[in-house]
Amino acid sequence: MSHVMKRVATALAFALIVAFGTQAASAQATLKAVQDRGQLVCGANGTLAGFGLPDPQGNWVGFDVDFCRAIAAAIFNDPTKVKFVPLTAANRITSLQTGEIDVLSRNTTWTMSRDTSLGIDFADVNFYDGQGFMVRKSLKVNSALELNDASVCVQQGTTTELNLADYFRSNNMTLKTVTFATADEAVKAYDTSRCDSYTTDSSGLYGERLRLTDPSANIVLPEIISKEPLSPAVRQGDDAWEDIVRWTHYAMVNAEELGVTQKNVDDMMKSANPDIRRLLGVEGKFGSGMGLTDDWAVRIIKAVGNYGESFERNVGQGSPLKIARGLNALWTKGGLQYGIPVR
Amino acid sequence: MAEIARPRRARRLGNIAVQVALVAVVGGLFYAAAVNAARNLAAAHIASGFGFWDNTAGFDISQTLIAYSSSTSTFGRAFWVGLLNTLLVAGIAIVLATVLGFTIGIARLSRNWLVSHLAGGYVELIRNVPLLLQLLFWYNAVLKTLPELHGSMTLPGGGFFNNRGLFLPRPQFSENFRYVLIAFLFGAIATLGLSVWARRRRDQTGERFHIRWVVLGLIVVLPALVFLSAGTPLSFRFPNLGRFNVQGGVEILPEFAALLFALSIYTAAFIAEVVRAGLLAVPQGQTEAAQALGLRPGTTLRRIVVPQAMRVIVPPLTSQYLNLIKNSSLAVAIGYPDLFQVFTGSVLFITGQAIEIVAVTMAVYLTISLCTSLLMNWYGHAVGVVER
Repeated sequence: MSHVMKRVATALAFALIVAFGTQAASAQATLKAVQDRGQLVCGANGTLAGFGLPDPQGNWVGFDVDFCRAIAAAIFNDPTKVKFVPLTAANRITSLQTGEIDVLSRNTTWTMSRDTSLGIDFADVNFYDGQGFMVRKSLKVNSALELNDASVCVQQGTTTELNLADYFRSNNMTLKTVTFATADEAVKAYDTSRCDSYTTDSSGLYGERLRLTDPSANIVLPEIISKEPLSPAVRQGDDAWEDIVRWTHYAMVNAEELGVTQKNVDDMMKSANPDIRRLLGVEGKFGSGMGLTDDWAVRIIKAVGNYGESFERNVGQGSPLKIARGLNALWTKGGLQYGIPVR
Repeated sequence: MAEIARPRRARRLGNIAVQVALVAVVGGLFYAAAVNAARNLAAAHIASGFGFWDNTAGFDISQTLIAYSSSTSTFGRAFWVGLLNTLLVAGIAIVLATVLGFTIGIARLSRNWLVSHLAGGYVELIRNVPLLLQLLFWYNAVLKTLPELHGSMTLPGGGFFNNRGLFLPRPQFSENFRYVLIAFLFGAIATLGLSVWARRRRDQTGERFHIRWVVLGLIVVLPALVFLSAGTPLSFRFPNLGRFNVQGGVEILPEFAALLFALSIYTAAFIAEVVRAGLLAVPQGQTEAAQALGLRPGTTLRRIVVPQAMRVIVPPLTSQYLNLIKNSSLAVAIGYPDLFQVFTGSVLFITGQAIEIVAVTMAVYLTISLCTSLLMNWYGHAVGVVER
């Protein structure tokens, strides 16, 4: 039960560091610390297919994993210079606060209380998600509104845990919540029919369904009951570092908007389009403004592709999850992903 | 005299000075740590203090002994819910472990080969497998082998048993039930008085007063008569199968059952060894003397051996109780909402205030443990043989 020990350990380590440490992890130093160390330390999920999961060979793959590789590529021109730390919902924030990780890229919902009272900052939303429910087909339930009095398995320490209570209350339904410390345990309990339903972000539902004994015997209900803007997060107080993380995301979205892909990026350097020239560092000194090289975006795109490529490869049509772009389509195609101009 | 007294007093004063200095240093260290922590938290823009205590919790808890609702209850309320769940499971587990442990400890000393070896096998098997493993075994074994909701076992008397738990009829007391309680209370007090009187009479005159039947009348028959004459003021609400769950009735969660089994069975193995050691520590001559006086084996065990053994048993027994209470925090591995799971879990992750919450949790476990020790010390003095 390593996560139990780990939870206690991180909490205690945090207490000790805060109580006896000096203000070491002071602000402006993250980029330099990463460069001196020679690798980025990235907090990732570790058990969620499509977002963060080591493959059978031990290589980390997923949408959130790609994001960390992109940052590493921008800094080192080498997407493999990342050490991934698997985190549970429970210890992810503490790991970031204590400085164990440089960036948290683990399907974490951006909320006001997390932003304002935990000493962390969210870069920008790289996945618009919402909470959904999974049930066994044999229950013959077609809507979450039919779940009155059902038992629902949920993971502790998530916005999911709170939305769940809200949703049932506002629809005058009762529920029996069974709360587990990790998604692993919650899914296992659902699989042994301890609960009628399992709830988490709908992207997570598709990923977790693949791990069930019989994935095809389970369906995801149509209702999306909450807004879950998932965003990478960094420690508050190092604005330069936050800029790098934020602009890594914008570089990927801008690349998709401008049609720059992993394949054509070299040709695109010769493009006459000034937007493309600025993004790829042919014109202007945008990378050096962040303490990186001016071809930072080229490095990112060569490593993981543009936003759409990373999406489709990990969670979209190129993956077993087959999640539609939906809200995560570009703003030009009716979605919410909008690249901030490089200018 | 004066020549000796002065240096001794001086030495004592010196000792006191050293101790005061030590306390001051330790206190100062804690104070510095607290101040430093507050400063560091403020610098890292992390909220601190206990302001969260009165905020609405917003999450549900599967087992609540006191009224709790996710929409109106506070984090503070969630703390109490978790604490009571810890006390519930630890309290019942202590009783079960004690009964089981004493039985097995005594059985291990039995002259019957089968009985003593079964008891020995139990002890060796249980105490050598990690508790967490046993807990997961119970939880997964309980979960996976029990029928699902719609194949529920129906219990005689109107209950259900399935992988969601055990559902029993819920007793509904009407107002007249208080007369039954009053009768019971009266019976209990009368019994107490009677037993004191009987013991005193035996000590003075040597005559025995067979209290058993009178007690049965006072504690069972009298309340039963009142119960009938008050118009049977007790009814049951029976659980029934709904579409998703069993509704109504008393619900015993599988998480609770698994934790209870694991804790009591595990700790019983250690208690059995403590009991065996205690019994063996009583010299053989005591048993022989009792037999020579014509006492029966049962009486010998109850009146001669156990009271002397208790002196040896109580201190290590206390340690086992403390272990059990602390081990109950393994609840977090199977989702039983104890103090650790609720408070150091949900509340901590939602508020993010690790220092305050970990400190409170530590203080609570410390308090529970100290109270248990105190109680056991008192009990040890009460039952211990008075040396003459």
